[in-house]
Amino acid sequence: MIRTNPWPPSWQGTCLALLLALVCLLAPPAMAQAEPEREAATAVVGVTPDTWREVRSGEVGPNFRDTRADSNYNLINASGETWRQLRNRWVSPFGLIAIGGMFAVIAIFYVIVGRKDLSEPRTGRKLLRWPLVVRSIHWTVASLFIILALSGLNLLYGKFVFRSLFGDAVWGSMISASKIAHNYLGPLFGILLVILLARVLKHNWPNRTDLAWFKQGGGLVGKGHPDAGFANGGEKLWFWLLATVGLVVVASGLVLDFPNYGQSRDTMQWANIIHAVGALGLTAVALGHIYIGTIGSEGSLEGMATGYVDETWAKDHHNLWYEEVKHQALPEDQLMAEKTASGDGSETASRPG
Amino acid sequence: MAQMKFMCDAERCIECNGCVTACKNANDVEWGIQRRRVVTLDDGEPSEVSISVACMHCDDAPCMAVCPTDCFYKTDDGIVLHDKDLCIGCGYCLYACPFGAPQFPKQNAFGERGKMDKCTFCAGGPAESKEEEYEKYGANRIAEGKLPLCAEMCSTKALLAGDAQTVADIFRQRVVQRGHPDGAWSDNPQAAADSLAYDATRQG
Repeated sequence: MIRTNPWPPSWQGTCLALLLALVCLLAPPAMAQAEPEREAATAVVGVTPDTWREVRSGEVGPNFRDTRADSNYNLINASGETWRQLRNRWVSPFGLIAIGGMFAVIAIFYVIVGRKDLSEPRTGRKLLRWPLVVRSIHWTVASLFIILALSGLNLLYGKFVFRSLFGDAVWGSMISASKIAHNYLGPLFGILLVILLARVLKHNWPNRTDLAWFKQGGGLVGKGHPDAGFANGGEKLWFWLLATVGLVVVASGLVLDFPNYGQSRDTMQWANIIHAVGALGLTAVALGHIYIGTIGSEGSLEGMATGYVDETWAKDHHNLWYEEVKHQALPEDQLMAEKTASGDGSETASRPG
Repeated sequence: MAQMKFMCDAERCIECNGCVTACKNANDVEWGIQRRRVVTLDDGEPSEVSISVACMHCDDAPCMAVCPTDCFYKTDDGIVLHDKDLCIGCGYCLYACPFGAPQFPKQNAFGERGKMDKCTFCAGGPAESKEEEYEKYGANRIAEGKLPLCAEMCSTKALLAGDAQTVADIFRQRVVQRGHPDGAWSDNPQAAADSLAYDATRQG
């Protein structure tokens, strides 16, 4: 831009004046030093357009030297601006739109459609859905997910809200706690997520039933509940999202979390973009998962809380699974008695699917 | 109000590293931190050229734009400073900086980098006392009416520091004296003196 703009006339004037002043000031004895041709002749010839083009590209030739011990990058970090623009102009606003939009859609859905109630009264007979080990891992992963999501959102958006709200002292400890929690709990989340995915993989292989399930929008389109086995199409989708995007987020997070392995600045820029896009997307979808699992449908939360679901719920949401396991249903009183007797809540009728 | 800028005249830099040493000495920075560096391109070839680089105190500073804690601020003199009490050592400023200026004292697992350190244009930083300021950020020569020591001690006056207008005037004078059609920033005969690649007084 600068190149195409000629100097304003006033500048040329200044230049000319300077030149004149120089000529006047430099009397003949001093002339030898200021002779333009002489200095031009001895000056380094090397600063060619190619040199600057190379600098601008961020590429480094074999004869690049940097006197700083730990710095082997380049003269100009050409990708820095790309990273900044991607992060600040695309990832930040669209992440907010995705998560805010999800909140809005869920809220509107809840207001208009409301909770999905059971189609018939509860039978009072219970089926084991989630054994204790799955429940423990699920809730640990879930808690970690929420902590990581909140601290991650704080790292991306917190400065626009909390600094002016609470002042520097509170904001300082808040953001520092976010970073420490994010960096130390992240790897733990990664390990537990892999264990959880491995544990429930057997329920989540896609099949033909899921296609029909998706065609009916999981029951939103048309009447009644579409067929579903132990896991329905939506649950499987969430599983595979975590098994793909989730693992990518974990992997890119590890790249950012362990700068001690010498990965380059450019690698970390891309890891950061991938991490942010994946994590914001998963957070938005997780809101849907949380909604359906809590206030969105009657009887779902107790499956993950107590391990057991009511027969009516199983019939409604997972009719094919219900057909397989209905003979194992236990009356609630019997379950309670057994739990009290054994004292540790261990499952008696074990049929996870 | 002054707009403080650095400028390194690549035609004059002799790669003596005096600026690096002066900076290290003036600011007493942590072991392993070197706020200024000298880069040499085409080392050993006829086209060899050196340039001294540190924080350039950008008008539109990328570090400020990406910092999650918002710890950067700009002084009235256009100097970009940061608050080490707020810095969490996430490294984002390093990702974004065009000049590789931000440095971290550590590079440990779990992203433990310590507080970021960079050139302050010898203007210190936010602190309760002078001692604390020196401890955290190094010298505050600007408060004493002095310019950064790196430029003050540059033996060939390749490295200039000061108000953008003044720096630009000095460089323009050199260009005129040298007689290069374009201020020796390239040897392109098409380039004219009125399309200087660098003009510190122009914004954007």
